[in-house]
Amino acid sequence: MREIQAAEITKAVRDLCIDANCNLGEDVLAAYDRAIEKDESPVAREVLRELKENARIARDEQSPICQDTGIAVLFVEVGQDAHVVGGDLKTAIDEGVRRGYGEGYLRKSACNPFTRANTKDNTPAVIHFDIVPGDRIRIVVVPKGGGAENMSRVDMLSPSAGLEGIKEFVVKRIEASGSNPCPPTVVGVGIGGTFERSAILAKKALTRRIGERNADPELAGVETDVLSRINSLGIGPMGYGGNTTALDVFFEVEPCHIASLPVAVNVQCHAMRHKETIL
Amino acid sequence: MAEIKLKTPLTDQDVEKLEIGDRVLLTGVIYTGRDAAHKRLFDLIETGKELPVDIRGQVIYYVGPAPARPGKPIGSAGPTTSYRMDAFAPKLMELGLKGMIGKGNRGANVIEAMKKFKAVYFGATGGAGALLARSIRKAETVAYEDLGPEAIQRLEVEDFPVVVINDTKGNDLYVEGAKKYRKP
Repeated sequence: MREIQAAEITKAVRDLCIDANCNLGEDVLAAYDRAIEKDESPVAREVLRELKENARIARDEQSPICQDTGIAVLFVEVGQDAHVVGGDLKTAIDEGVRRGYGEGYLRKSACNPFTRANTKDNTPAVIHFDIVPGDRIRIVVVPKGGGAENMSRVDMLSPSAGLEGIKEFVVKRIEASGSNPCPPTVVGVGIGGTFERSAILAKKALTRRIGERNADPELAGVETDVLSRINSLGIGPMGYGGNTTALDVFFEVEPCHIASLPVAVNVQCHAMRHKETIL
Repeated sequence: MAEIKLKTPLTDQDVEKLEIGDRVLLTGVIYTGRDAAHKRLFDLIETGKELPVDIRGQVIYYVGPAPARPGKPIGSAGPTTSYRMDAFAPKLMELGLKGMIGKGNRGANVIEAMKKFKAVYFGATGGAGALLARSIRKAETVAYEDLGPEAIQRLEVEDFPVVVINDTKGNDLYVEGAKKYRKP
């Protein structure tokens, strides 16, 4: 049994919240550069250059890339031989979110669904726990903005729809989303499991790096095919028209019930924010 | 694609000359307002009460800024998705609102109201909150402080960069843009 202090977890979560919101990944910046080279639309190229400049300013000033610093979504893998001491894990994580969003001048976006009263500290975080072998704790923070999240959907397809039905569902969802989710987007697709499992898989897909293909060569081919179909829609950066509607598409797949074909599409904006650490 | 400098408040003549795709640099005062503030404004209108700001000729920016660091007027301040304000926007245009800044598609009722009441919808680059904040010189809360990031703020902007998405003739940059670059 290895002991990990709750305070250490709080500190790590605090830092990850600020880091993810202010420092865009090099993989995303490189994807902007490739799109600037390739997009036929001058307006699209201009928007992409603005996004690059925005990311530079955010990094230099340590201000958030986007004012929507999101609901704090976390994937936390707890090694079964790790023992949290000095407090409980969930409280330690929420305290890290509270400090990160407070001390990092990040916007607090969590509110009561009915009264819409802001909780004022961006808690509670949405935490997906997993128990894994080992004695470490891996924490991934994914600040998730509302605009893109609102364009996400889950559908329970008929198994007869097959792979083509899945592809069509994904492409149609992005087409219907239009300019709303701040394209160029990153599209997380979760297939299989159950209703809720597909949605979590779709979210988890968004923790990959741009260009990181599925290890299964067939699924990797599906990802590039769907990406190409999405980029033929013409929506373009910010929806002003262009060839860059998505930066990447990630599929995560698990077995499902013989009667079901759950498919979830989780849309992420061009600010593809996620940071992680291992304690 | 023209680049036009405009000073707020806007007149009918100002907005009627704008066409989709025009790049506009706005200077002057604009007001922030998003979901919760719109609901409150609408409730005031419904009950015949006075609004906290005279919206005639004004521009509303759909934004919930990040908190300002010490010494800065405002934190990151990019647009939020506009369709959530669609239920309220036509009434505000009827009362004299001339411009809306946001991102994302508007409903047919809003596009129709822009034609009828002579108003335009501007797009600001979504997710470019750090960049856009640089064009905001001053920010002060004028109503609904309890709403936190959703409070109504009076912003003084200088050359705030926007693109005309919907003009007063019913045209839509999102429709025309996608049509132009769509591939079979």
